[in-house]
Amino acid sequence: MASLASGLAMGGYRINWVGALCLLIIVGWASVAVFAPWIAPHGVGDVVDSDYFGPMTREMPLGSDYLGRDMLSRILHGARYTVGVSLAAVVLACGTGVTLGMAAAVSGGWFDAALSRFLDALNSIPSKLFGLVVVAAVGSTIPVLILTLAVIYVPGSYRFARALAVNVNAMDFISVARLRGERLPYLIGAEILPNILGPVFADVGLRFVFVVLLLSGLSFLGLGVQPPNADWGALVRENIGGLPFGAPAVMAPSVAIASLTIAINLLIDNLPRKIRDRDA
Amino acid sequence: MQRSIASLLTARLLVALLTLVIVSFVVFAATSILPGDVAEVLLGQAATPEAVKGLRTAMHLDDPALVRFGRWLFGLASGDLGVSYANRMPIAQLIGGRLLNSLKLAGVTALFAVPVALTLGITAAMWRGTWYDRVVSVLTIGVISVPEFMVATSAVLLFAVHLKWLPALSIARDVQGLGEMLRVYAMPVMTLAFVISAQMIRMTRAAVVEALDTPYAEMATLKGASRTRVVLRHALPNALGPIVNAVALSLSYLLGGVIIVETIFNYPGVAKLMVDAVATRDLPLIQTCAMIFCLVYLILITTADIIALLSNPRLR
Amino acid sequence: MTAPLVEIRDLKVDATTDAGRRIEIIKGVSFDVAEGEIVALIGESGSGKTTIALTLLGYARAGARISGGEVWLAGKNMAARSERERAVERGARVAYVPQSAAAAFNPAHTIMDQVIEVTRIHKLMPPEAARAKAIELFRALSLPAPPLIGDRYPHQVSGGQLQRLSAAMALIGDPKLVIFDEPTTALDVTTQIEVLRAFKAAMRQAGAAGVYVSHDLAVVAQIADRIVVLKDGRVQEIGDTRQILDAPKHPYTRELLDAFRPRARAAAAASARAAPVLAVESLSAGYGPPRADGTPSILIVKDVSFVIEPGRNLGVIGESGCGKSTLARAVAGLIRASGRMLLDGKPLAQHAAERSMQDLREIQMVFQSADTALNPAKSIRDILARPLEFYFALRGAALEARVDRLLDMIRLPRGLKHRRPTELSGGQKQRVNLARALAAEPKLILCDEITSALDSVVAAAIIELLKELQSELSLSYLFISHDLNTVRAICDEVAVMYAGEKVEQTTPEQVGAPGGHPYARLLMSSVPRLDPDWLDTLERDPALVEAFSKR
Repeated sequence: MASLASGLAMGGYRINWVGALCLLIIVGWASVAVFAPWIAPHGVGDVVDSDYFGPMTREMPLGSDYLGRDMLSRILHGARYTVGVSLAAVVLACGTGVTLGMAAAVSGGWFDAALSRFLDALNSIPSKLFGLVVVAAVGSTIPVLILTLAVIYVPGSYRFARALAVNVNAMDFISVARLRGERLPYLIGAEILPNILGPVFADVGLRFVFVVLLLSGLSFLGLGVQPPNADWGALVRENIGGLPFGAPAVMAPSVAIASLTIAINLLIDNLPRKIRDRDA
Repeated sequence: MQRSIASLLTARLLVALLTLVIVSFVVFAATSILPGDVAEVLLGQAATPEAVKGLRTAMHLDDPALVRFGRWLFGLASGDLGVSYANRMPIAQLIGGRLLNSLKLAGVTALFAVPVALTLGITAAMWRGTWYDRVVSVLTIGVISVPEFMVATSAVLLFAVHLKWLPALSIARDVQGLGEMLRVYAMPVMTLAFVISAQMIRMTRAAVVEALDTPYAEMATLKGASRTRVVLRHALPNALGPIVNAVALSLSYLLGGVIIVETIFNYPGVAKLMVDAVATRDLPLIQTCAMIFCLVYLILITTADIIALLSNPRLR
Repeated sequence: MTAPLVEIRDLKVDATTDAGRRIEIIKGVSFDVAEGEIVALIGESGSGKTTIALTLLGYARAGARISGGEVWLAGKNMAARSERERAVERGARVAYVPQSAAAAFNPAHTIMDQVIEVTRIHKLMPPEAARAKAIELFRALSLPAPPLIGDRYPHQVSGGQLQRLSAAMALIGDPKLVIFDEPTTALDVTTQIEVLRAFKAAMRQAGAAGVYVSHDLAVVAQIADRIVVLKDGRVQEIGDTRQILDAPKHPYTRELLDAFRPRARAAAAASARAAPVLAVESLSAGYGPPRADGTPSILIVKDVSFVIEPGRNLGVIGESGCGKSTLARAVAGLIRASGRMLLDGKPLAQHAAERSMQDLREIQMVFQSADTALNPAKSIRDILARPLEFYFALRGAALEARVDRLLDMIRLPRGLKHRRPTELSGGQKQRVNLARALAAEPKLILCDEITSALDSVVAAAIIELLKELQSELSLSYLFISHDLNTVRAICDEVAVMYAGEKVEQTTPEQVGAPGGHPYARLLMSSVPRLDPDWLDTLERDPALVEAFSKR
């Protein structure tokens, strides 16, 4: 959207200032997720305040939680779970979905029909419900969480990639390749994938947001990351008792989630456009 | 062409039915892989090996999975929803009143959210590019991006803790008078309404913008039509299908949101019942509640698809 | 002397590219239109003709805006007025006839509602009077069932009828000026005649002035009093129609006229070798499950036979829907077909999946739209290298050398290797398309309307290239087109198709001759000539028109 302020041009790409700010936030949280143990002022379980649900002070910028632990450190450590689990799930979901989507679009026939029908059915189960039901049955260890979240979002990624691939498949250069005698792996890898890479990355970003929100929701209900570990949703759950007092400990993790998800959504809406003029 | 409409509709409904069967199988499968013996759990202290074996036979727990699935499905269809593990009450009785509560909540939310969202979405598309449109877009992105519990906790913080206008919890038992009801319903409804409105506004705006970017909308402008006329007479009739589709899809988000909202506000609806059932591993209750959710979801999505099909003017 | 109805003075329009740069697309254009006069704006795509025409409505498409100059219409400067003031003029004083009427009609409303909408917007007359006037216009435009046609929806009515209905929509407000934006470009030649006649009659009756935008000189010659020739946003020449056609002054105008009449091909000698490159017997192709005799249930091509000798070319012409593209695809093996095909005397499998690598290599196909025929994510070098790797297992230096040679063959600079298709012009892309086909060293190239999407000057250059390549490389072409002039320039024999059947096959000069098939005669007589009196003096056999044209 070039309507927002024109930004800096670097190396042939143009990013406006909103996009750049969002990118900064995202990279920031990613670094926190990696370096948390070294950045956090206190350890994960250290009780530092004699009071609980303490206010925002110089020593504890986000207050203290229901046990008297430093909220800032809790959040920095929690980033590992929120970002880590979500990233693993989304990579799994989109990797599977995009490959299947492209294969279905190019092969057509019964493969496409059967797969689409099955994944549509999977899509007809509300995501929170599916997460609830699976966790009720199998429990909520980290691998189970990642797998469940991935399975929930494969159909959406599949449908999106398939729609893109079907459009590319209709182009004449695919017919040319087919007439040459090229096989499925070449068609998918060399002809179709390069043409849908951009939108696919944007979709990965969107799905990452969905996964973060679902994971946080499940943790909030007590069905996600289990104590003593805590992702941001679980942090809200733990500290919900502080709501009547207006303690910062309740809102801080939610704000952290919001900063990450809003930054990703805004970035996608403000993606840079390539500068290539016909009349150059 | 009557025949083609009828055949398209039938095909879509059949697909919905097939999906329902697949979905119910998935729900059944997911809840049946439970480590630990159901009969042992139920008998508790009295779980001698013979008692367990006897109970297993009585509950048909050793039959092959497909047979159990068939029996369960048949039971659901004929109204026999089974008995809850946790408190031995018939499930139909447990669910009945609470389902009504959840539907009331959803109904009131829809009543508020839909008109507001449609107006905002259409006007934002009409005045595309102005500051009004930008503000609406930024706000909707914000609301869509955040988890429902954040909207709920923020509402509680603002209205219950700081302003003290509304109670934090809702005790929806004997609600006397309109004023009381308003105070009890206000925050759950507000939270839910925010969430689904944001979705609806975005989708409505997109549908109207798409209808405005067409050659026939340009033609209307070139005939001297004002912007209002182009939107109301030319874009809207064509965007109606996608808009209703958007409303139905957004309403389906209620199914997820209601789980969080009923939990936070302690609202006695069917979603809270299911969350509690998960805590106690009450399988039949979980299964039945899950099926209700899936059924409602499927109805909404199928309706949305059918409306999209029927709204194609070329079918006339 | 009365002032002209339209005066355009030094008009400048600029546009914003994707990257955010502003470039000038109209660079100071001036011309007049008198009352009741029809002026044509002629130019190739990118010349700015539509943009200029739209400024007469005070309108610019997204990204463009009027940046300078004046556009005087009946005493009001459309370039300087506010949007609301412009809306008052649109439909009432100046009206627009769109290029694609099918897209310009709202599918959700009846035709009548849309035709009389102008009267509602500008409060010109009550609805009953408007309806009656509309029906009169329908009658004047020779539309079928004038009282009833307004009650239909746009998708229930044919393209030619919609085009005339859009003229009714424009004329109902009694405008002083009507803008025609290439309204017959999407129509078949046989339909085009009816529509042109209807426009001419309606304009004469209304006494309105007109601005007719087109790239087709012959069409414009029939309807315009004066012609403005445009290129790259600048005026090249202005003059009376006859003067432009008989004695053009500007070199660009001469180029356009030359492209209209391409040189015919010197007849190729029949080769000494007996075996034809391609022999096709009773080819039927289509869709749907196969019937008992192997033919598909929905037939697009019915029982077509022909022979192509080495070094000679066969052209296939016909209107849209006649099956010529399907024929090419069946020969290529893209769709299922029944019948026999022999390549160099040996049997050829019907479907590409069943053909040997050799057979696939020897028949190559070039598609119409180079935009969809070249992978936008690959560089030109990669596009050309792939067939070389695939068929001949070339690598390294040998591969690069061959790629360079291919670029030389199609007369493109070697530096273009590293560009992407989106950076090339239409003509350049089509040449790369050709080079990719040549990379396989084929015997036969199937050209499916390869010049139809190109400007006439660029297309003529491509045809010349094809001829040179043929003499260098001993190729044969199967050349599909709807344009007889192009086909005449390159083919030794021409086959005419109608409704899936081959109705005639003769030399290019003989097509449409009195002794031939009635459809071929109708087709040839419908192709516009560069003679302003052609349309008025044209007489087509009504029986033929009734039998063959889709009105």
